[in-house]
Formats: sequence, structure tokens, C-alpha cells
Amino acid sequence: MAAWLGWVIESNWTDPFLFAVYSIVKPISGAAILVIMYGIISQGNYDNALFPYIYLGNAFYIYVGAVMTGVSWAVVDDREHYKTLKYMYIAPIYIPLYLLGRGVARFITGSIAVFITLAAGILFLNVKINFAEVDWLLFFVTLILGVVMLALLGLLLAGITLTVARHEGFIGEATAGALYIFSGAVFPLDVLPEWIRPIGYFMPTTYWLELLRRSLVGNVAQAFPTLASFSNLEILGILFGLSLFFGTISIWVFKICDARARELGLIDRTTNY
Amino acid sequence: MDNPKRSNEALLRPYSHKNTGWRLFLSTIIARAYPRIIGQQREVSWLVFDLIMPMLAVIAYVFVYRALNAPEEYIGFVVMGGAMTAFWMNILWSMSSQLYWEKEQGNLALYIMAPNSMMAILLGMALGGMLATALRALAVTLLGIFMFGVTYTVSSYLQLFLVFMLAMIALYGMGMMMASAFLLFGREAWHMANLAQEPIFLASGFYFPIKSLPFWVAAGASIIPLTLGMDAMRQLIFPTGFEYGFMTVQTEILILAVLSVVFVFTAKVLLAYVERIAVREGRITESRR
Repeated sequence: MAAWLGWVIESNWTDPFLFAVYSIVKPISGAAILVIMYGIISQGNYDNALFPYIYLGNAFYIYVGAVMTGVSWAVVDDREHYKTLKYMYIAPIYIPLYLLGRGVARFITGSIAVFITLAAGILFLNVKINFAEVDWLLFFVTLILGVVMLALLGLLLAGITLTVARHEGFIGEATAGALYIFSGAVFPLDVLPEWIRPIGYFMPTTYWLELLRRSLVGNVAQAFPTLASFSNLEILGILFGLSLFFGTISIWVFKICDARARELGLIDRTTNY
Repeated sequence: MDNPKRSNEALLRPYSHKNTGWRLFLSTIIARAYPRIIGQQREVSWLVFDLIMPMLAVIAYVFVYRALNAPEEYIGFVVMGGAMTAFWMNILWSMSSQLYWEKEQGNLALYIMAPNSMMAILLGMALGGMLATALRALAVTLLGIFMFGVTYTVSSYLQLFLVFMLAMIALYGMGMMMASAFLLFGREAWHMANLAQEPIFLASGFYFPIKSLPFWVAAGASIIPLTLGMDAMRQLIFPTGFEYGFMTVQTEILILAVLSVVFVFTAKVLLAYVERIAVREGRITESRR
């Protein structure tokens, strides 16, 4: 039900045609900025391994903004905008599940954006994916594990959002923006200054994006030195371990923040921002 | 309990001062600009986020260029584009969507009822937004200099000043015009503002020279004042900037001047239309729409 509610909120503001245009134009434009930047400097040489690295990383990163921010944004939306969070809290439902359900709608719209971006890349922008060589099992296992990890990170942000005022809208965006850099979404981590790289190695999104690239374009993705010495299985193990770690922390932080918000009467606070 | 004698005195006392005409116009501009310039700085966390958010995109794009071994000018282009992003975001979220939000909070009806000009309110919003955002843009530029070693060599300060001022007048004129238009969009306003981010960053060449786009795409994107403004500024502040210019600086100054007049005039016409609807039908100020 929460997922359905989220979908209705996300999509019912306009007619289907405008919604489709909105869903297509936004992700394609974001990807096109990178394609043009790449095209200018490489003078149109799209055969370099860096191109699929950038394009695929950017395409799948849409999930980070959509799922993680989607879960935490539900708190802002329900508390400040619709003023319904207090009713959700007194209803006989499990709040973390409700918030995760709201994130599902963003997962659906995010999936549409990812699909459109990938399709545009393959059809018009010379992104070479040989579907016969794609490791589908690795792809789906990684995708599902990553989406669950992102949803749990979203729960962590939702907890923090419950306890702050006036700037809760920025929390998700700033976290997603920082992860974009530290995870090497659109450039290999080796480009970062050496002292910043360990942050990237600690982020599950780094391994998630690497595995997605490897499952789709195989050896092309493995050409970069950052994680070249690790096998797919080793990276999957690291991703699973980090997801478990961050997932546990997220649930723990949410519980603490939720208790604090109830204690301080923050559930129905509106700040008009 | 209030002292009844003192209450009566307060009722009988005449207004100490009441502005009318151009004085009212001017004081309305100052009053609306005040929360933008002073009030907004009081929320320190907003200030921090306002600086961090554009910087995150700038840093990511700088590292993309570094990964591609791009010439150093491009790093400067990205930093400048990131600084100008602050203005575009200000136009979208604090100008275009502002009247819609005022409506949702119930202030719009008060604005229209009050004896001041709506144009003065929009001008105040623009002036305040412009000054507050200029501080943020400056901070992003300085961070770019210190973090990435970007250097600027200004070839003509006069032209640079002229380009910047004309770009700002045209841009905020456009923002004033869009404020009325967004009000008419109703609940689609938020999504419209959201939609006008990445496509405009792409079409206006925030992170690469606009000359790289096909001529007619670049010409079409020139309707956004920042497109030509950034193109001219890049030509004026980077030694090799002229190689990447879409048009000559003089031509761009001329077009920006025309855009300034057109946008401010259209804003006035649209605002008058919105006020007419608001008074006649009471529809525009209805917060449930």
C-alpha cells in the first residue's frame, strides 16, 4: 500500500504524456552532459574503456538518488507537506516498512530512468553491450543487493531527517552528491587524491557500481586498476559485508532517532520550510 | 488586562508615516529583499549546504575532466559553470516557484491585497536573491581557485562587468516572468522547476563551451541569459577563452541587452494578468489548487 501511495504521489501531478517526457528528458540530459564532455576531449573516440565506465556508472547511480533519497524524503513529504506522518504513526503499521514502501515508488521511477538512459546509450551513443556476454546472474544479484543496501541507507537518512528541522531536504541530496564523488561513479577512484580514496573503498556503492559494470561489459570494466586485483566473487563478498554493516547501523540509527523524535514530539512538527 | 486609556490613545494616534508612490515602491523592494539578504544568512546550515551542493557537482565534473586528461581551461570552465549554477537554482527555486509557495502558505493573497506593487515585490525578491547568490557564487569560485588551482586573466574588466550585469538583469527578469507563469501551472510548478535543471545545464553549456553543441541548439539555448553570459565571461577571463567562444563578446552583450528589456517587460505584462485573475476569480490565490 505504501508503495502504491508513493507511486500515485510521484505520478499523478500531470497527464501521462507530460510524465513520460519528464521521465525521459531528465535522465537523458544528465547523461548527455557527460557524453558531450567526453566527446569534446576524446574527439569522438567512444571506443575507449573509460566511456562505458562513465556512462554505466552514471546510469546506475540514478538508483542512489532515487531509492536512498526517496525513503528519507517520505518523512519530509508526510510531515511537512501533507502533514500525515502523525496519522501514520498512530496507525497499526510498522513505520520503517512504510517508509521503505514509499521508497519502492522511487525505485520504479528510477528504474524507468535507468532503463531509458541505458537504451539511449546503446541505441544512439555507442555504448557497446553484448547481451550474449552479459553475466545476468551476477547482474541481478548485484542489482537486488544494491537496491536493498540503498533502501537501508535511506532509512538511516530518514531517521536523521526525523530529528532535524529546516534543512532535512538537503540531507539526502548532499549524501547522494558526496557518494557520487567517493564511489567513483563517473571516474576511476585513482583520479582522486590519495588521502581521499580510503573513503571510497569503505563505501558499498563503489563495489556495487564496479560489479554492475563488470556484469554488463566484463573485461572493459576490469581494465581500471582500482579493483582490478579482485575477482567478481571477492567484490560481491565485500559488497555483501559492507551492506550488512551499513544495514545494521541504519536500523540501529533509525531506532534511536525514532525514539528521540517520539520523545521530543517531533513527529507532527512542521517548520513551514 | 490592557490599560483602556492607553489602548484608546493608540487608536486615536495618527499614522506617524505612510509611504506612497515611488517611496512605497522602493520600500517594498527593500522590505522583500531584506529576508533574502539578511534573513537567509541566519540559517548557517543553509549557507553551508548552498555552498556544498554546487561544489559536489563541480568536483565530480573536474575529476571527469582530469580522468580524460583535458586541458586545464576546462577545469576553469567547470568551476565557473558551477558558480553560475547557484544563480540558475536561485531563479528556479527562489524566484519562479516562489509565488506558488507563497500561495501554498497563504501569503499570496496578502501580497495582492496590500497597497504595494507586485512588481516591487518581485524586484525585491530578485535583488535580494541576486546579492545573496552572488556571495555563494563568489565562494564557489574561490574554492575552485584554492582546490583546483584555477587562474583567471581578465582581458577587459569593463566588458566583464557589463556582461555580468546584463546577464543578471536578463536572468532575474526571466525569473520574474517565470514566477507568474509557474503560478498558472498549479501543482505542476515543482516538477517544472525540477525539469529545468539538467536539461538547462546541458543546453546552456554550464560544464563545457556552448560552441561544442550544434549551431541551432546553441542558438536556441541562448534564450537563457546564462548561456551567452557564461560564454562571454569565459572569453573574457581565460586567456584561450576566445577559441571556445560561440559569438563575439560584443554581439553577446547586444543580445543580452535585448533579452533584459524583453524579459522585464514580459514579466510586467504577465504579472498584471495574474493580478487580474486573482482579483476577478479568486482562483490564483486558492491554496488548494
